[in-house]
Amino acid sequence: MRSLAVAVVVLLYILHQDFWFWRDARPLVFGFLPIGLFYHAAFTVASSFALWLLVRFAWPSQLEE
Amino acid sequence: MIPALVVFLYLAVVLYIGIFAFRTSRTSNAEDYFLAGRSLGPTVFLLSLFGTNMTAFSILGASGHAFANGIVTFGLMASSSALVIPVCLFAIGTRLWALGKRNHFMTPVQMFRDRWECRHIGTVIFIVQAALLVPYIIISVMGGGTVLRAITGGVIPYEIGGAIVSAVVTAYVFLGGMRGTAWVNALQTSLFLLFGTIAAVVIGNGMGGFREAMEALIASPATSPLLTRERVSPLYFFSYTFIPLSSIAFPHICIFCLTARNVTYFRKTIVLYPICMLFIWLPSVFLGVVANHATAVPAIQTKLEARAQLATPNAGLTPDDRAKLRAAASGDDVILRLVEGYAPLWLAALLGAAVMAAVMASDSQILALSTMFTEDIFAFYQGTARFGHGMQVMTGRIFVVLVTAVAYVIALRIPQSIFDIATQYAFAGYAALVPLLVAALFWKDSTRWGALATTLWTAAAVVAVAVIQNSIPPPPPGSEITVWSVGDLSVITRGATGTFVMGLLPVVPMTLISGMLMIVVSLATRDFAKPGDATLKRYFAQ
Repeated sequence: MRSLAVAVVVLLYILHQDFWFWRDARPLVFGFLPIGLFYHAAFTVASSFALWLLVRFAWPSQLEE
Repeated sequence: MIPALVVFLYLAVVLYIGIFAFRTSRTSNAEDYFLAGRSLGPTVFLLSLFGTNMTAFSILGASGHAFANGIVTFGLMASSSALVIPVCLFAIGTRLWALGKRNHFMTPVQMFRDRWECRHIGTVIFIVQAALLVPYIIISVMGGGTVLRAITGGVIPYEIGGAIVSAVVTAYVFLGGMRGTAWVNALQTSLFLLFGTIAAVVIGNGMGGFREAMEALIASPATSPLLTRERVSPLYFFSYTFIPLSSIAFPHICIFCLTARNVTYFRKTIVLYPICMLFIWLPSVFLGVVANHATAVPAIQTKLEARAQLATPNAGLTPDDRAKLRAAASGDDVILRLVEGYAPLWLAALLGAAVMAAVMASDSQILALSTMFTEDIFAFYQGTARFGHGMQVMTGRIFVVLVTAVAYVIALRIPQSIFDIATQYAFAGYAALVPLLVAALFWKDSTRWGALATTLWTAAAVVAVAVIQNSIPPPPPGSEITVWSVGDLSVITRGATGTFVMGLLPVVPMTLISGMLMIVVSLATRDFAKPGDATLKRYFAQ
């Protein structure tokens, strides 16, 4: 699980470079959020989940001693 | 006038927090003043650490940048920071905490001196770190001036506004030290988390709904690119993922990592950091973009006209004209103009206080500079041994006053926008210093000479970028001036928004070369400069 948590973080770093929504404003999510902005807002939420995985499965517990 | 009164009330509250922290301080020793006795609880640690990273840059700079450049601002700085900064806290911050607690370190330079068994190289690192921190403090002064001028409708000029904010920050840092600073930062973060979203909703209603505003922006050829990233290259976008590395290398963040009572308090901070980013940056960026439709607000209309004039080809503008138009088009106060134009008075007042809260987050940087000076210079060169702990804390307090005064004077002389200064100087420089931390904590073979090479390179690179920025006026948007080329290949160019190295922001080559120098020089010197086994055991026991 430790490796998986690290892999998810690395994958997210790659997914940050979302060239697929580069030139598109539409669709407007919820009617007003350009898709490129929505993607990065969702990316931020996904980052929180990936960091939870990291903290849960790869925590440096030796530092607590 | 009511918004101005609420902002002044807020300033009085944070001042009182400083006084309260001063009264509740248990001892007058350095660890209590500079690190709050390593006793911060989990909630204050999260809110305060986050608030420490949120400066005028995050709020005014972000919405100003989004006003001019569109939604790309969020991807450039917010979403990349939401991932990179917590990862750095996880990998580096927790280890700094453990080493600090075990060895009683209070600054990163103390750790570097111990880790690489060096003295004066540590002093060189201190000088470079301190020099890079000053621009960050200048941002706060500029933000304070901008906000107070906007909120009082120009009654308080920029210079006086900056002076008032500087004086208040100086006072509560002087009195409350880290404890007062952390409490104020926690309050500031809470305020902005609360009011960022409210601002977006209220302004949206005031404008008649964001849906209509967005459709209008898409329909206009002048504004539709703001809703995509077509104006920036993927290389430029990628470059920005290096900027958040700077966060963990900033001395105030390193020092803040030492204030938690327990290392487990990092867990909540790491997981919730991206959510805090979302709540603050999404409204800031979104409102900055939407402001392009707020032509009913006269101040915003003036900015749009100045921008249109700048973009007119063959307009026959002199460099002076361009500089004036750039200043007129600057969006650093755009969020306040929106509030002024669309929010009810009571909310405008509270939002003004919230923006002021974010603007004043330079307190930690000022305190960090003071901590570094007293620990890395005063105490290291026997000041504490000769004059005692009381004098060490007093020296720190005097330093707080001096550094703020210097930052204020510089802020009055530098006309560039908040965002440019932050990215071109402080952020890039600190990102290039990250190899110091990584090597100290994770690489046994690193040496003090590798650390020196990395530090000197960073200083030289920052100076080079500053020279290029200041000696070559920015060309019109869309064009570039070649500064250095090899054959037909333009290596270093000066664009409208800054200096570039083969299309990348300078932070990328600066950081990569910095890391490479650490490796190469350490390998070349490890036979005679590798620290002793006793030192290495303390750092690499497990």
